[in-house]
Amino acid sequence: MRVSSETRPNPSGFGHVLLGFLPFRTSALPLHATACYSGEGPAPLRAQCASSAYLCSRGPQRAGAMRDLQLSLNQTQRVRLEAALHELQSLAPAAAAAAAVTVADTIPVNDEDNILKGHGTSDQDGEVVATLCGVVERVNKLVYVRTLRARYKPEVGDIIVGRVIEIAPKRWRLEINFSQDAVLMLSSMSLPDGIQRRRTAVDELNMRSIFEENDVICAEVRGFQHDGSLHLQARSQKYGKLERGQLLIVPAYLVKRRKQHFHHLERYDVDLILGCNGFIWVGEHVVVGENTDKIEDKPALSSEVENFTPLETRKHICRLANAVRVLSALGFTLTVELIIETAEASVSSNVEINAMLGAEFFVHTAEAEAKRRADLLRKKSGAR
Amino acid sequence: MEYVNPLTGFRVDGRRPNEMRQLKGEIGVVAKADGSALFEMGNTRVIAAVYGPREVQNKGQQVNSKEALVRCEYRMAEFSTGDRRRKPKGDRRSTEISLVIRQTMEASILTHLMPRSQIDIFVQVLQADGGTRSACINAATLALADAGIPMRDIVTSCSAGYLCSIPLLDLNYIEDSAGGPDVTVGILAKMDKVTLLQMDAKLPMDTFENVMELAIEGCKAIANYIREVLLENTKQLECQRG
Repeated sequence: MRVSSETRPNPSGFGHVLLGFLPFRTSALPLHATACYSGEGPAPLRAQCASSAYLCSRGPQRAGAMRDLQLSLNQTQRVRLEAALHELQSLAPAAAAAAAVTVADTIPVNDEDNILKGHGTSDQDGEVVATLCGVVERVNKLVYVRTLRARYKPEVGDIIVGRVIEIAPKRWRLEINFSQDAVLMLSSMSLPDGIQRRRTAVDELNMRSIFEENDVICAEVRGFQHDGSLHLQARSQKYGKLERGQLLIVPAYLVKRRKQHFHHLERYDVDLILGCNGFIWVGEHVVVGENTDKIEDKPALSSEVENFTPLETRKHICRLANAVRVLSALGFTLTVELIIETAEASVSSNVEINAMLGAEFFVHTAEAEAKRRADLLRKKSGAR
Repeated sequence: MEYVNPLTGFRVDGRRPNEMRQLKGEIGVVAKADGSALFEMGNTRVIAAVYGPREVQNKGQQVNSKEALVRCEYRMAEFSTGDRRRKPKGDRRSTEISLVIRQTMEASILTHLMPRSQIDIFVQVLQADGGTRSACINAATLALADAGIPMRDIVTSCSAGYLCSIPLLDLNYIEDSAGGPDVTVGILAKMDKVTLLQMDAKLPMDTFENVMELAIEGCKAIANYIREVLLENTKQLECQRG
């Protein structure tokens, strides 16, 4: 049975408050409504020739700031948030803002002949024109446009987290944040008993006992198939089914490729997996190599006396998950240090776990990040 | 009824014949969608959500496996017009406009870069005051750009009419229901190519050229506005990312 991606069930959502739909000019006036829509009668737009189109002045759209969380901020909070975002904008290197392009913008190039036109560019009338909204990156002779909110762009060797949507002959199909579903072959998956052998027909019939639909799996990108979809492998012990935790979906551009994607936070006894595709797993720590023990234990547990995750661990999981939610709503790059710092800031300011998704903590996190980046910049310029 | 006052030259809502209604575009209104936008032209409000590129849901619909499949659905909310609408989705007008928007956007999306995938564009009219087709196309452009789907150019659309022997830009509902000609033009702004041209009623050829020119100018003004909105959004995301 195929579960469509819209009806993705939410695992163990303790403290998970997804505030979904948009407000229609409610009295709370969320931040992404235009600041300067004066609301007095229609001030019409004169249609003159395109080069000098006159538009009535419009304040900057704070659209990106609050895409996922719909918060009602009171006046002081709004002012503080504006100040923090403004500071972040001024701290960002000016080159980044200057290199932003939208669709059909011409990209200035010096060396017309030898330029390699990469992703997001196209050649129109001899000019290099952007086909995406993003930031122009130049590497030697290569010019390309790096998008922000697009889908995940896979590379071989990436660690990803995905959800099973279908079991097909000898393979599982996973939903990752890509234009096609990824395929995990039965032969690319280590068997429960750990023996290396040929997969038989019995193994194929027992695929469901390994992974079922809607299971969350961690795997690695092995390569691309001929039709462009991904081939995954999960042979090592650290890959496989993820249980007892929360799956969070953030835009893929917030997760940078690093050396380490598996993080074991000893203080909280929590595993944090930052999938390169924007799927982030926060869950109870699993000791790697416990697989063989599990198989022997199962027949012994006749009545359903399972060992539940302790309450403290669950609270830590929820705190970290909410920290990830707040950071992704603000659009900050997710690193382990930042997530831990945000979670600890919430503990030190005595913010309740479910209040972490509220307006006050949101504004506080934005200010803390602005301060952190300012300090970093000062340190860098001071060291120089 | 006089749609253009002969003494002052104002239209029913106080605009001049070559003036557009107030524009407002906002990105990121539907959290779950890959790209979304809210676009307003005066009192006409339209929301667009784009999902994609993602796995093709219905393999039977996939005609060409080297290109992405673009699907579009246009609906009007039941509360969008004065009288509550009975059939928001299945009626002929909605089907026709869905097809029109799909063809317009497909002309601009670089579908060969995303083979074997599907792009869904859902547009819903929240308030209808004339020019819903144009507002939908503009909203869809914003949403597609927000979703990071490669496009040849920004597609914008505007309508123009001819009442009381004067070409009027951006008709609202009252002027639209006057029964005069209504030309809707959709262009690729920078490449200066027309992707959509529709007209109701009849017009003599030379008048038609004037009206179409006026609509194209309106489209270019919208394109400038859309470009500003997108640029501001991109800069902001990049700055916040760190």
